[in-house]
Amino acid sequence: MTSILSINTVRFVVLLLLQVLVLSNINFLGYINPHLYILFILLFPVKNNRMTIIFLSFLLGLSIDMFLDTGGINAAASVAIAYIRPVALKFSFGALYDHQSIKFSTTELGQRITYISILTIIHHFIFFSLEVFNFSKILLILQNTLYSSIFTILLCVLITIIFSRKKKK
Amino acid sequence: MQQIVNFIIRNKSFLLFLFLFLVSLGFTIQSHSFHKSKFVNSANFLTGGVYTMSNNFSDYFGLKQQNILLQEENNTLKSLLYNSKNTKDSVFIDSTRFNKTYRFISGQVIRNSYSKTNNVILINKGEADSLDQDFGVITSKGILGIIEKTSAHNATVLSILNTTTRISAQLKKTNHFGTISWNAKSPKYIQLTEIPQIAPVIIGDTIITSGRSAIFPKGVPVGTVANFNLDTAENYYEITVELFNDMTDLEHVYIIENTNKNTLKTLLNNRDD
Repeated sequence: MTSILSINTVRFVVLLLLQVLVLSNINFLGYINPHLYILFILLFPVKNNRMTIIFLSFLLGLSIDMFLDTGGINAAASVAIAYIRPVALKFSFGALYDHQSIKFSTTELGQRITYISILTIIHHFIFFSLEVFNFSKILLILQNTLYSSIFTILLCVLITIIFSRKKKK
Repeated sequence: MQQIVNFIIRNKSFLLFLFLFLVSLGFTIQSHSFHKSKFVNSANFLTGGVYTMSNNFSDYFGLKQQNILLQEENNTLKSLLYNSKNTKDSVFIDSTRFNKTYRFISGQVIRNSYSKTNNVILINKGEADSLDQDFGVITSKGILGIIEKTSAHNATVLSILNTTTRISAQLKKTNHFGTISWNAKSPKYIQLTEIPQIAPVIIGDTIITSGRSAIFPKGVPVGTVANFNLDTAENYYEITVELFNDMTDLEHVYIIENTNKNTLKTLLNNRDD
């Protein structure tokens, strides 16, 4: 239990600092940035209380908003994906989720990519809708969502692969 | 009563989600209205500290470039200084209009942003250096933004690359004035609207601030006309202005305090009553 707590605390702080100091300054092609911090919400232990993850993702989103002066858009998008996470888990892992026995390091790569993609795209869509805050610019929202999602999904998958291999050895 | 309690217990995670989502939505809406982001901003002790620390490292990478920039500025200032002594003719130099009503404070950008729709810049001066809301911020090349929030040692600046920022600007050669805003498309260009159709606009014309608000003095350079066309009603020009500043590469800034601001404000308020 203590190891889960400490791992998640470290992950929270590291992802927060990585996001605000490095990843939000990439500006690939002028505006594309990955939002890797949602990895914290994606990899949060399944067995834990649903209230805890919703509250923690709000806290994480709000801290990032504070650093990036974005009002509350990161918090809103994070809370939303934390709430619908069980649905995405059930959709991508099926029977495994019903038994509450998912370990992300042992799941199949295809299933993991589906899971990451669903939540990333939803997160980015809410994020950019709130950032642009103008539904007459829906094309801009969709364009940003698409490009940034690709970037985020790639990074998330890569990082989960790198870190799960260590555990197998 | 029992049923209400049961309902709350059954849907507690949904209610928590709804509550937190609405709170963050509230913050978002607040941040989209000018000068209203009260709680969530980076000019506080923690975020300001982290950015100052990281800036201490990243400063060094731009030293050479910034030195060249500062040298160029020194060069222009020197040429202004010596030329004005020798030739006291009718040549009009804008900088002479910056009289003592404006106080300048130098500062440094510790976090820049330009890729969002509402960009906010963090600088390393704050209340300890007598900064306050609504002070103007410029660089050696041109206009940058307006101070929004201050803490003891940091301040956030609403960049001109922010869809809520409105600054009064005019043509340099005539006194036709309008408002600059940003359409969130490119960090190189901003839009100048409400210039009357009668104004003689040519591509390449210089745009400066008009000094009609108490924030910026008249004559701070903004950019040059890159493109212009009439609006749908054909009464006003919509001008695309190419900025002098490279908004993606900022380091040294100057904060302008208008020492007559309070006097001006009371004067205007009394007139409105």
